[in-house]
Amino acid sequence: MYSPTIIFEALMNGLMLGAVYALIALGLTLIYGVLHIVNFAHGALLTVAMYLVWLASDRFGLDPYVAILVVTPLMFAIGYCLQRFIIGPASRGSDNGILLATLGLSIVIQNLLLAGFNSDTRTIATDYAFEIVPLGPLLLSLPRVIGLGVSVVTAVLLWAILNRTDIGKAIRAVAKEKLGASLVGINVAHVYAMTFAIGTACLAIAGGLLMPSFYVSPTTGAAFVLVAFTIVVLGGMGSIPGALIGGLLIGVVEAISSLFLGDSLGQIGIFLIFILVLLVKPTGLFGARA
Amino acid sequence: MKKNFEFIAALAFLGVVGIAAIAGLPGNILNLLIFMMIIALTAQGWNVLGGYGGLSSFGHAAFFGTGAYTTTILQTSFGINAWVGLVCGVILGAAVGAMIGFLSFRAGLKGSYFALITLAFAEVLRILANSWDFTGGAAGMMVSINNGFAYLQFSDRRWFLLILIGFVAGGLLLTRWLERSAFGAYLIALRENDQAAQALGVDIFKIKMQAITLSAAITALAGCLYVQNFLFIDANVAYGSWISIEALFAAIVGGAGTMLGPLIGSVLLLGLGEITKSFSGGIAGVDLVVFGIILILCVAFAPNGIRGFVADLWYRRKSRGKAM
Amino acid sequence: MLKAHNLTKRFSGLLAVDDATIDVAEGSITGLIGPNGAGKTTLFAMIAGFLSPNAGTVTFQNEDITGEKPHLRARRGLARTFQIVQPFAGLDVRDNIAVGAFLHTKDPAEARRLATLTAEKVGLGHELDKLASGLTIAGRKRLELARALATKPKLLLLDEVLAGLNPSEIRDVLPIIRQIREEGVTILMIEHIMQAVMNLCDTVYVLSQGKMIASGEPRLVCTDTAVIEAYLGHGAAARIKAEGAAHA
Ligand SMILES: Nc1ncnc2c1ncn2[C@@H]1O[C@H](COP(=O)(O)OP(=O)(O)O)[C@@H](O)[C@H]1O
Ligand SMILES: [Mg+2]
Repeated sequence: MYSPTIIFEALMNGLMLGAVYALIALGLTLIYGVLHIVNFAHGALLTVAMYLVWLASDRFGLDPYVAILVVTPLMFAIGYCLQRFIIGPASRGSDNGILLATLGLSIVIQNLLLAGFNSDTRTIATDYAFEIVPLGPLLLSLPRVIGLGVSVVTAVLLWAILNRTDIGKAIRAVAKEKLGASLVGINVAHVYAMTFAIGTACLAIAGGLLMPSFYVSPTTGAAFVLVAFTIVVLGGMGSIPGALIGGLLIGVVEAISSLFLGDSLGQIGIFLIFILVLLVKPTGLFGARA
Repeated sequence: MKKNFEFIAALAFLGVVGIAAIAGLPGNILNLLIFMMIIALTAQGWNVLGGYGGLSSFGHAAFFGTGAYTTTILQTSFGINAWVGLVCGVILGAAVGAMIGFLSFRAGLKGSYFALITLAFAEVLRILANSWDFTGGAAGMMVSINNGFAYLQFSDRRWFLLILIGFVAGGLLLTRWLERSAFGAYLIALRENDQAAQALGVDIFKIKMQAITLSAAITALAGCLYVQNFLFIDANVAYGSWISIEALFAAIVGGAGTMLGPLIGSVLLLGLGEITKSFSGGIAGVDLVVFGIILILCVAFAPNGIRGFVADLWYRRKSRGKAM
Repeated sequence: MLKAHNLTKRFSGLLAVDDATIDVAEGSITGLIGPNGAGKTTLFAMIAGFLSPNAGTVTFQNEDITGEKPHLRARRGLARTFQIVQPFAGLDVRDNIAVGAFLHTKDPAEARRLATLTAEKVGLGHELDKLASGLTIAGRKRLELARALATKPKLLLLDEVLAGLNPSEIRDVLPIIRQIREEGVTILMIEHIMQAVMNLCDTVYVLSQGKMIASGEPRLVCTDTAVIEAYLGHGAAARIKAEGAAHA
């Protein structure tokens, strides 16, 4: 029915797409692991990042990959302010409050984008969008190969930030023992906002990696939200290696089920995995916490 | 006593709306009122589980859509009477609720996990409805036009509004019963503290199952009525997240876990939405921006919604959160 | 009435309760004492069905209920209070208690009438319309008691209901507990306040580091060497005896 080459190509495609998924999920799981909040606005923030990349390219002629360098600090700042000045104060720490505040935020962002850019899909035309990298008998798309590479580098960088820097140590301290951390003089609200900012900055990189081969519209991020949650839950809420492996896994599942079921029905595989994991093992493959 | 006052005030409000409609209202106002009542009913359904039971669902579209598709398919593909279709829609919607509830509650899901899994279930149904033939696929389905009470369609839309008002009043009555009954007391108890509830002999699994079934049935009813009004359904309307969000917004902004919350919320939000749309010159999305901001403001400053906020001012904090 | 035999509970490595056995006779007030962290609350949780034991059995009125869910045990007449009070914060006092009363009547008016009576019995009669979140610690402890009582229990498990109360509040609550027993309710209570234990209990069990180290009449148990050492450390019993001898 399908030749091994096609299946293998789908597999590789899935892996490469999964790497970008993993990057999106990385931010989400980091935020969950430290703040213990489910950030429902993560998808909408991804859309913001994609629009920023698009604007940088459309208005200033920046290459999407170069735009990452500009958009990342911007998204970092946006994330910091959102957590410090809106989500944190509004929710007052209640689980339900955070869920609803971030849901409200995602609606606001999505519809501000709709009001500002209307519902047209935007793309960036690059010379290399359809460039092919041959790997043995396989033909791989260049943007996806770059996506895989940059995602891996970002994950390593994130690991280094968490383990080698002062703010990383503070973040880990707050994640483990919030009260203790505040007693030794760590400003918890600041660390929370920094974590949220780092998680949001990951989206800028993901946005830059997606734009050469993907499009953006106000609802684009919403489509990624459940995928990202699936990865996070699958990998174990708060687990960074879990998010990486989960992302790759989900990418492969999506590619393979699209191959066999077609694009629209293919997505169902992800949701079924999500439901199954939640029902059977909500701590995920690598998570310790219930 | 205060509850009685609120109940009577709400009925009086509905009565005035009905009388005004009969006396004659412009068509666009009539349409807005019809939509308000459909959302109010959807939110009344959400409120049973999310408000009184504290189990916030992000996927009530699963029930709304099941109700809508059931009655549509029965009418168009099997020539079954609209009222019978409505009853079947409610039953099937309730069954979907019971199934999702059984799986989620047996796994002990609550909080964000419950919100996410309900959303995922609704998405699965949306994708299926979008690709199956008997739901009309991506093209959707139409209910053929047949005016008359037996068809639950009216050339004069005032009658339809009156029927909707009747159902919303029924929802109020049901909530009033709920607030007084053992079932309601148990539901609120498990929301406030499920351990303590169990210690007092509450079978929390059973109560949650009853709550989601009832909640789903009401929302499915709203879905059936939606189709009878718009005579068209597709996967994104029936199972799209918009309706889950509207239900949740209306209930929470109005006051989750209160009798009046869903009605207040839907009238206020949709009214405000119309106003912003007319002021912004019809730019898409502006009304939803306002909704989102109001939701965040409510989370921050009025955790018991507008009903709670007003009641606080009114009773000077004496009866805050009194829900039984 | 209650036989909890050879109960063991492990929390990932930590042995919280180790082969502990307790028997509660019908009509008695039985005390359970022991230093902090001894495993008393854990033992209660196993008896009430909130934790499942790693080993051992729980028998209530001659029926094995070891695997039974908490709400079914409550329906059998086994009620507990929580050491860390667990009020339904958003409900007023009357409705909090009514949740317990609904176990025996589905009639809302009757349940609220019973709730009012129960509230009066524990001294919350004048706070019926107050939100549970607005009660003092002493008030919340009484609310715990009232809610459990409203389920009309046969056996009442009280987890440190006197902790956190001042002496005058304790003096008010002691007769209430005695009165509950007079009305035919068997009581098993965890308590730190020795004066209360001596005053109320017919039998006392002593738990230390998960093990039941002594049981018997309160006066006898209190002079038991092992018990004193569990509380005051190794060698304390001998010191006390020596001091006693020196005074004599
Ligand atoms: N859910 C739990 N998980 C892990 N350890 C627990 C848990 N509950 C209690 N413990 C531990 O078990 C021991 C006994 O606790 P507990 O029964 O509360 O003691 P007591 O009520 O006698 O003071 C303590 O060391 C406590 O830290
Ligand atoms: Mg204890």
